[in-house]
Amino acid sequence: MSGNELRLSPSEKMDIQKILEDLEHYRPRRKGWVWREKHMLQKIGPFEYRNTSKGLKRFVPLPAAKYFGGIDPQPDFTITTEIASGRFEDDLRRMRMAAWHGADHMMVIRTTGQSHIDGLLEGTPEGVGGIPITRKQLRATRKALDLIEDEVGRPINLHSYVSGVAGPEIAVLFAEEGVNGAHQDPQYNILYRNVNMVRSFVDAACAKKVMASAGMLQIDGAHNANATAREAWKVMPELLVQHAINCAFSTMVGMPREYIALSTVPPTAPPAPCLALDLPYAVALRWLFSGYKIRAQQNTRYIESDMREATVTHVLNLLVSRLTSADIQSTITPDEGRNVPWHYNNIAAVDTAKQVLNGLDSVKELVEVKRDGLVKERVRELVERAVLFLEEIKEKGGYFNAVASGFFVDSGYYPERNGDGIKRDIDGGVGAGTVVPRDPDYMAPVCHHFGYNKLPGGLSKPCDLIGGCTLCNPEKIVFIDELDPQDNVETRLEKVRKEKEAGLIRPEVQWAGDGYITMTMFFAEPADVAEAAAIATAEKLGLEEPLVIHKGIMHPAEGTLIELKARVPVAVRRDELKIPEKPEILSPDEIREDVRQNPMTVVAATVGEDEHSVGMREIIDIKHGGIEGFGIRAVYLGTSVPVEKVVNAAIEHDADAILISTIITHADIHKKNMERLHELCVEKGVRDRFILVGGGTQVTDEMAKSCGLDAGFGRGTKGIHVASFLVKRRRELRKRREGGK
Amino acid sequence: MERPDDFEKRREHLKALSDEELKQRFWQLAEEIVRPLYDLAWSHTSPSIERSVLLRMGFSSLEAKAIVSGLEKRGLLGKGAGRAVLEYAAMTGSHYLEAGRALCEGKGWEELSRRLGGATR
Repeated sequence: MSGNELRLSPSEKMDIQKILEDLEHYRPRRKGWVWREKHMLQKIGPFEYRNTSKGLKRFVPLPAAKYFGGIDPQPDFTITTEIASGRFEDDLRRMRMAAWHGADHMMVIRTTGQSHIDGLLEGTPEGVGGIPITRKQLRATRKALDLIEDEVGRPINLHSYVSGVAGPEIAVLFAEEGVNGAHQDPQYNILYRNVNMVRSFVDAACAKKVMASAGMLQIDGAHNANATAREAWKVMPELLVQHAINCAFSTMVGMPREYIALSTVPPTAPPAPCLALDLPYAVALRWLFSGYKIRAQQNTRYIESDMREATVTHVLNLLVSRLTSADIQSTITPDEGRNVPWHYNNIAAVDTAKQVLNGLDSVKELVEVKRDGLVKERVRELVERAVLFLEEIKEKGGYFNAVASGFFVDSGYYPERNGDGIKRDIDGGVGAGTVVPRDPDYMAPVCHHFGYNKLPGGLSKPCDLIGGCTLCNPEKIVFIDELDPQDNVETRLEKVRKEKEAGLIRPEVQWAGDGYITMTMFFAEPADVAEAAAIATAEKLGLEEPLVIHKGIMHPAEGTLIELKARVPVAVRRDELKIPEKPEILSPDEIREDVRQNPMTVVAATVGEDEHSVGMREIIDIKHGGIEGFGIRAVYLGTSVPVEKVVNAAIEHDADAILISTIITHADIHKKNMERLHELCVEKGVRDRFILVGGGTQVTDEMAKSCGLDAGFGRGTKGIHVASFLVKRRRELRKRREGGK
Repeated sequence: MERPDDFEKRREHLKALSDEELKQRFWQLAEEIVRPLYDLAWSHTSPSIERSVLLRMGFSSLEAKAIVSGLEKRGLLGKGAGRAVLEYAAMTGSHYLEAGRALCEGKGWEELSRRLGGATR
């Protein structure tokens, strides 16, 4: 970020301080939801894709992309990441990381308790399990996202929650500040937040109308029934009912169908035969709710602390999305069963979605979900059960009575009832008794206001009466900066700034320099002993607040895997770090020209008793961008070649350089082979004739040099690195020889 | 309420419906269930709704809170916060934002109540 004009530079951290400047005058550059630009058929690298969208300008591709020309195909589904660490300023950095990995829907979770606050919050206080949503926080976030979307080259949607007792106000705030999507479902308030049911529906109509005016995408709250039900798969008929109530209510209020997304989760997970249950349900939902959007969420109900298990469940969820359909693919971080998500687990979840959707691209050209047999039977049964549910709501005298008699979130598979549903009283809950009838002379001189409104005649729009409302004339919006002189972003950043100025670096998982690390350990002990041993080990290492976050039983007696988190009590100084300098690489043209004028031959082999050939072939082969591509002649001797044979071959071919590769490091054999190469060349009196290069996953430049070689190349080396080095080194040696003459 | 799964018995009347008819029935029922909720929302208001009106009129969240709690206290919420503020502006001949800020400071409530007839409600 540089100069007055804010822009991100990929090599620089985002300057949060600059983002916070002049927020009073910030206006969002657009309103409303933006979908990805889909391509029905797209060639990316060597492949054809049928389920992708416009690519990114800047990205971090999947690790294996390096074998496919570094491509990063962006699936056609919008990808969501849920970010909420309690400090929005740290979330902004995480959003930037997530955007580079392919997320374009940033869902900001609210702090615990905000749904019961009757009014708006202001300023930037710290949150718990989420952040307080305020005008200042939204402006800073939207402003940061403007910069991030310019950096990656794709619009990013900001999302939060229009729920609780302040729904209409939050909807107005979101519309004013360009929030692109929001959860809104009065049933969520009633069932899970115990907001009074009358208040909840009356408020919801108003909120929805404002949301619709700003083109916000609405997501409903039905998925919460999955997360809370005792046996999540039994709640399927009710889920269809909950979706229908919110959809019907929303469209009646004036929200277009294409701005209403159903939040749906494959209800179950292995070891259940989940696809047999989840897939018919997904088919039923998409059939019943045609015309609405699908926000496919991932399962949280059956997530434990095992991140591997969570990831596999999520892969199966993605399979359901791809085999049916989705407009938004939400992601759940694999550490959801452990803690509030950490930075890199948001990235892990986004990568999982991208990886699976890339892998399943075009799958519908190959297989299709059967529409008869099991699917047909189960779809029909689910819909019939849902219809019966709706019939009984009517028989009971309507929705409020149904809620009052515990219809919802009962653990029985409807019409089975176990009598354990959530019951709410029509006169109870937060905000009870606050709703009043509108008088005949009720009037609201503002736009997009739902409900009875006795406006005088002759107006072109309601806000003519006041010379424009904030939705038409944003100049009128009142910005409040901070209300609490202590609990705000400035005080938090002050601490971070001090550390930075002192040049200190600490590890972090969610907040700047929070000091947390995780350690993985295996103990050949039963679980209880292993857990205690892990804590004791961490304490002996001087770690603070050690906590076991995962235990995996390998065998009741033979051993336990432990993952532990703890805080490190130390910081390192940036100026004391030894960072190896990156060698400058010559351009491909310059290398080719040099080799054209002075032909170059190298002799290459994997030495010792080592059968690995992949690494060396990548460095040599023209098709992998190896040194042959620059005109260098390579004589490849194969694997398990004795060092002596390599040297003899180099003499015979009058080579310029010898390249040896050594992957096996047992008993430091890689170092010994490199030393042997150098010594043999010295013994034979040919050391000056050859440039000696060692390579391998565990080799470093420093190590190779200490063994007497000219250079070493480790993991991640490309042909051009080696070719560039050989050309430069040959020039140097030549200059030295000429100088010596 | 506890009840065993009597799906087979209950579904008798649905059996003969085609899939499309079943879907239609599903949506018809859903609309019938939300219609009274829609009507309720149409004809009622709440403190949050009225604060949302004041926000749209250009008041801060703090001002909106103060004005709405004043209206609630005096049983005037049913008039609409916007109407109340405009009424007070007309009474005092001031700009509506100034009028609203005066109400925030506790001024003018008695006159306003009399004008809107809140006391009788």
